[in-house]
Amino acid sequence: MTEQLTKSDAPAKDTSVPMVKAEGVHKSFGAVEVLKGIDLEVKSGEVFCLIGPSGSGKSTFLRCINHLEKINAGRLYVDGELVGYRQQGDKLYELRDREVAMKRRDIGMVFQRFNLFPHMTALENVIEAPVQVKGAAKAQAKERAMQLLERVGLADRAGHYPSQLSGGQQQRVAIARALAMDPKLMLFDEPTSALDPELVGDVLDVMRDLAESGMTMVVVTHEMGFAREVGDSLVFMDDGVVVESGNPRDVLTNPQHERTQSFLSKVL
Amino acid sequence: MTVDIDKTAGTQDTPPAGAEAIKAIPVRHYGRYVSAVIAIALLVAIIYAFGQGRINWHAVPDYFFDDRILTGVGKTLMLTVLSMVIGIVGGIVLAVMRLSKNPVTSSVAWFYIWFFRGTPVLVQLFLWFNLGLVFEYINLMPFYKDYWSNFMTPLLTALLGLGLNEAAYMAEICRAGLLAVDEGQTEAAHALGMSHGRTLRRIVIPQAMRVIVPPTGNEVINMLKTTSLVAAVQFPELFRYAQDIGQTSGAPVEMYFLAAAWYLIMTSVLSVGQYYIERYYARGSSRQLPPTPWQKVKANMLSIGRPKGGAA
Repeated sequence: MTEQLTKSDAPAKDTSVPMVKAEGVHKSFGAVEVLKGIDLEVKSGEVFCLIGPSGSGKSTFLRCINHLEKINAGRLYVDGELVGYRQQGDKLYELRDREVAMKRRDIGMVFQRFNLFPHMTALENVIEAPVQVKGAAKAQAKERAMQLLERVGLADRAGHYPSQLSGGQQQRVAIARALAMDPKLMLFDEPTSALDPELVGDVLDVMRDLAESGMTMVVVTHEMGFAREVGDSLVFMDDGVVVESGNPRDVLTNPQHERTQSFLSKVL
Repeated sequence: MTVDIDKTAGTQDTPPAGAEAIKAIPVRHYGRYVSAVIAIALLVAIIYAFGQGRINWHAVPDYFFDDRILTGVGKTLMLTVLSMVIGIVGGIVLAVMRLSKNPVTSSVAWFYIWFFRGTPVLVQLFLWFNLGLVFEYINLMPFYKDYWSNFMTPLLTALLGLGLNEAAYMAEICRAGLLAVDEGQTEAAHALGMSHGRTLRRIVIPQAMRVIVPPTGNEVINMLKTTSLVAAVQFPELFRYAQDIGQTSGAPVEMYFLAAAWYLIMTSVLSVGQYYIERYYARGSSRQLPPTPWQKVKANMLSIGRPKGGAA
């Protein structure tokens, strides 16, 4: 916690370079165009919420940010660097798998379906990437993992396998797993949508705590309460385009666009 | 059969629970008694027939631990292990090739599986043995050069024949296993910055093993039995030695029984091994590991209502 605070305070470039910058991002699956030109900017240190009806492309956009999906047109930058490509002169070169993997180290992702590794305990899940990818010493990785599990309130479940944990606990382990790589950006893909209602609160508490520590977060969510309280910016997407964006409190309480109004009237 | 009868007997004396216990005359399953009697009668008749047959049963224990038989058992086991190693390694490679995005490699793998699965092992063994008609010499330029017939020893024929055939089957088993792992697992690993190779090794294959191990156990047992075919390419193993002894000792049929008994012993041991390997890969997939047979026995003997399991 404290460590996270100092970490986010340290970089001085905060405001100059946006953490995520999208310029006319297009993405098609076969003949279906899912993203039809997305322009947006996520500032360093802010909590950026993406809302919209299902099928609007918000999850797809999130997955483009760490190159789990390839974009078809436009430009997407993370921390000032192109995602998935390298530009030399006016030519684009596709990055090798290894280079893509290298960039993903700095971007944590939390999935709707948790995707914990079922054959590993909670602790093993958390230390897997630091040890395997970063080559961290096992003892140190374990110590750090225990701190992270403590932070998400699950230190006593370190030895449990995912199948022995509730959905909410699994998701909190997944958050700890992503944090173990010390990312500069965290992506949340509907982190509470697969949870029983009474378990949602625990996960949101962890995310709130993370936001307060200054982590840059892009959150696809249906939790309007969370967006309003914690979010710094909010974008409403529909049918592959950004319909409305701004301060969450303004957009949620006083939506300007008709489609935003009709969506919010159904959700709130 | 007897177990069934025991069960019906057991349900009659369940202790009355709660209000008024129902006293009713249970349904009589006469059919079960009849079928049990018929089954036992048939079994007795078969055993009697074998006992009366002109088979010299004493020859079986006499030769059971004969040196040649033990050598044969050893060679059978060696062939099984080595062929399965070739089969499993080849199978993994072929499975990865079939799943690769490169159309050439996936077609090559498809063709291999098509050929080796589509022809009998015995035919393949003979083909390997006689490939000298096509390749007169084997010539690995600086290292090795010889006639094919000298190079292709019975052992090598047996290993290649059995191993390469097995690889085709293992490929399909491995492919099914790899496909059974949820796509989200790969995504999660990639999102953590893991490379393709590492994701496969650390995340996908360990989970695929749960699907791969049970049919692989089947394959091992199958392989152990199929090794008896290599007698046809002059490689001596259990079956061949048993035949030899049968011819010299004048008890040929008895030796078949002996061989059958040894095969049964070996497959039984393998089945036990398979159980424990499956148990190992079940880690994390169920909340409680299935008990080992020994734990089951202990639980049954003590059967005092203590919580079951407890093994970590």
